[in-house]
Amino acid sequence: MRCSASWPEAPSEVNNMKQFRTFVYKEFLHIIRDPKSLLIIMALPIVQIIIFGFALTNEIKNADIGILVTEPDEATRQLTERLDASRYFNLALVTDDMAEAEQAFRRDKIKLLVVFEPDFAHKLEHEHVAGLQLLADATDPNTATTLRNYAGAIIQDYQQEVWGEQVLPNRMEVETHMLYNPQLIGAYNFVPGVMGMIMLLISAMMTSIAIVREKELNTMEVILASPLKPFLLITSKAVPYVVLSLVNVSTILLISTTLLDLPIRGSLLLIYAESFLFISTAISLGLMISNITDKQQTALFISLMGLLLPTLILSGFMFPIENMPKPMQVLSNIVPTKWFFIIIKNLMIKGLGWESVWKQSLILLGMTFFFLAVSVRTFKRRLA
Amino acid sequence: MKPVITVRDLTRQFGTFTAVDHISFEVHPGEIFGFLGANGAGKTTAMKMLIGILRPSSGEASVAGFDVYREAEHIKQHIGYMSQRFSLYEDLTVMENIRFYAGIYGLPITSIRKEAKALLDRLELTHEANTLVKALPLGWKQKLAFSLAIIHKPAIVFLDEPTGGVDPITRRRFWEMITETARTGMTVFVTTHYMDEAEYCDRVSIMVDGRIEALDHPKKLREQFGAQSMDEVFRILARGAVRSE
Repeated sequence: MRCSASWPEAPSEVNNMKQFRTFVYKEFLHIIRDPKSLLIIMALPIVQIIIFGFALTNEIKNADIGILVTEPDEATRQLTERLDASRYFNLALVTDDMAEAEQAFRRDKIKLLVVFEPDFAHKLEHEHVAGLQLLADATDPNTATTLRNYAGAIIQDYQQEVWGEQVLPNRMEVETHMLYNPQLIGAYNFVPGVMGMIMLLISAMMTSIAIVREKELNTMEVILASPLKPFLLITSKAVPYVVLSLVNVSTILLISTTLLDLPIRGSLLLIYAESFLFISTAISLGLMISNITDKQQTALFISLMGLLLPTLILSGFMFPIENMPKPMQVLSNIVPTKWFFIIIKNLMIKGLGWESVWKQSLILLGMTFFFLAVSVRTFKRRLA
Repeated sequence: MKPVITVRDLTRQFGTFTAVDHISFEVHPGEIFGFLGANGAGKTTAMKMLIGILRPSSGEASVAGFDVYREAEHIKQHIGYMSQRFSLYEDLTVMENIRFYAGIYGLPITSIRKEAKALLDRLELTHEANTLVKALPLGWKQKLAFSLAIIHKPAIVFLDEPTGGVDPITRRRFWEMITETARTGMTVFVTTHYMDEAEYCDRVSIMVDGRIEALDHPKKLREQFGAQSMDEVFRILARGAVRSE
């Protein structure tokens, strides 16, 4: 006799689906009972897009420029007007004194100076060559280069218009096209980057914290001693964060298209499918982290230092990987966000299809299985 | 009567440290079995092996008729477990905690409702059903945790230091609850380092440095060691202990 008649046998075959639903429901309750964290999770993508979209932009708008002209004439006036009319530039200084122009540079009043040589219009008309100098403040080399390019393009346009068809013989004409992003809008680059960063952070960090919390509370032991399969435990933990991350993907896509005029050129379904794949990679990473530590603090710290930093530096969305030393380039291959970044850029901005992203998708899938395998191994070793 | 727990030379090593050193005992159906010892004596490690969440290094053990090596998953369907820190979710209400534990133990929905109502009545917690657990006094949390550990009516319930950090009156009430439960036929396996609690047990084992140094009825142990109380018995046995708290 194992137990008396008043104690019926516990059900021998436990319904997994019902356990799963019970567990997922409990996870959602945890999230709802902590509205502050929920708000942070939901607002994070909006804040990030706004920061990157409006504050950290490397586009140049309304840069202050100066004009140095000793003998104003028709041609210099027209060119000056064109530069001023462009949305890139704002005319802050017109002078005939080089000393004043230098002063303006030093006081940071202008970023670029256009110098016309004396007798500009006359030389242009009769000698076919007129000198024009662009001086840029190169303390910030990127800005200087961009300003020079913008000014150069405006001057080129003017020249084309005035000279029209009467071109010189034997001249090479260079035509540049900025493919996929003709206006060089920074959002085309950072939106896919921010998407990857946020999904990685939320999925990996929140999942690892949610699991480690059960260890801290000692509830993990009770759950392990129950008939619930560890696999179900882990999947149930992941479900709410998959849902939240997909909501975040939608938020990001929505603000990018409405606020930043970003196109979605490829298949929306495929974008969501790839996002789901990347979320799975992130969650398997979170599982690995949760196996390393028993403290929520540590899980948070590992997630931030181990995931956020490499993502910012090595995923290619802040710094071009091509310019890095070889070892860094090789290292960048193990950063999952790098592959997701390429995928989303190809799908969203370039409007390409599955044929352009299947390799990257396979890499992410491989990473996911690798992280999962390591997690299962370490998890079992803990118990053994 | 066939024992409900059988343990033979059960051993667990962590590296070179032997936490549990060749322990052997049997627990009979319906008895309250006290598993006594100082902190660090190996009680929790032994218990974790019995509930199937830690693999033994060597030895044999069966719980509810199932082998701890090969049939740990079956064991889990026939036992309840209450861990040291009550393991309730503080940010969930009383009712939500009940639903969760009933759910992962696989109780059908209809019986969850019935059980929940009966449980709330029994604990006089009906008015607190929608209160967050963190707002409950410690004694109520303890009773709730115990009730949830046995909500699926297991054959055996394992209690790991269930009275830690609780005042003497609450402890006494809690032991009344344990005694009542045992009367219904459930086997209770309980660890504690409060020696006075041993008196509530049908039989006790005393663990020192990973080994079981004594095992009998509390009364017989007192007689055997010529002691007035279990505390004295324990002090006599613990004199040779190497591991300290």
